[in-house]
Amino acid sequence: MSIPFLLFFISAGIAVVGALLLIVAREPIHSALALILVMVALAVLYLLLGAEFIAAVQIIVYAGAVMVLFVFVIMLLNAGVEERTNYSKLAKFAGVPLGVFLLLEIAHWMWRSAAGSTVANGAGAPNQAAFSTVDLSKLLFQDYLFPFEATSILILIAILGALVLAKRGE
Amino acid sequence: MNVVPISYYLVLSAILFGLGVVGFIFKRNIITIYMEIELMLNAVNLAFVAFARAHNHLDGLVYVFFVIVVAAAEAAVGLAIVITIANNRRTLNVEDVNLLKF
Repeated sequence: MSIPFLLFFISAGIAVVGALLLIVAREPIHSALALILVMVALAVLYLLLGAEFIAAVQIIVYAGAVMVLFVFVIMLLNAGVEERTNYSKLAKFAGVPLGVFLLLEIAHWMWRSAAGSTVANGAGAPNQAAFSTVDLSKLLFQDYLFPFEATSILILIAILGALVLAKRGE
Repeated sequence: MNVVPISYYLVLSAILFGLGVVGFIFKRNIITIYMEIELMLNAVNLAFVAFARAHNHLDGLVYVFFVIVVAAAEAAVGLAIVITIANNRRTLNVEDVNLLKF
């Protein structure tokens, strides 16, 4: 077993365990910490895929900014243990089998679509070097300039919306 | 070099997305439900990066960038809404926020 495989399985295991912890934890703060675990494991996987810039953004924006926002809100609202409510019968008897079915369906088609092509399995891939951040920024600021500017407007609107909502209504 | 097949990443992405859906259905705390949405977005990001690698194309990474930006904006507005609900209704349980429920 080579190093990339070992790294992949360790990170994938951490990500899946973190996602399970996120679901079973009863304290919201424990869920938040489990989600940070998943995000760090995913950053390692991005590095393994050669996407260095995305790995850095994942750590800085997701594990840093977004999760701090979550933890801050949990502290602010003093969110305690989640109350256990009786779930509806429909969720238990139809939701779980359908959820598992959806999971198997997605996994099956992704496996088939990727296993079929030689490129996807690294055999015929022309270049396995890391993605260049310079090329990525050229793409972002030239071909995708309009969507990039549109997201800046989106963030501006989000800031205004958050301000209006957070203001105490008189 | 012995690289990990892309299909492994895709199956991991599917597993994470499925866990996100299951958690989204079963959690009762609004903040935790937001976290499950973030988990699903992360699973999709992993699939984007894996496909970008498979096709050796940078466009997938640009989409990941946009997904992260939109997720951050969504978290900011969503958590502001959560704070407003918690101030008005004194609860974080989605079962108790049923004004619009049929």
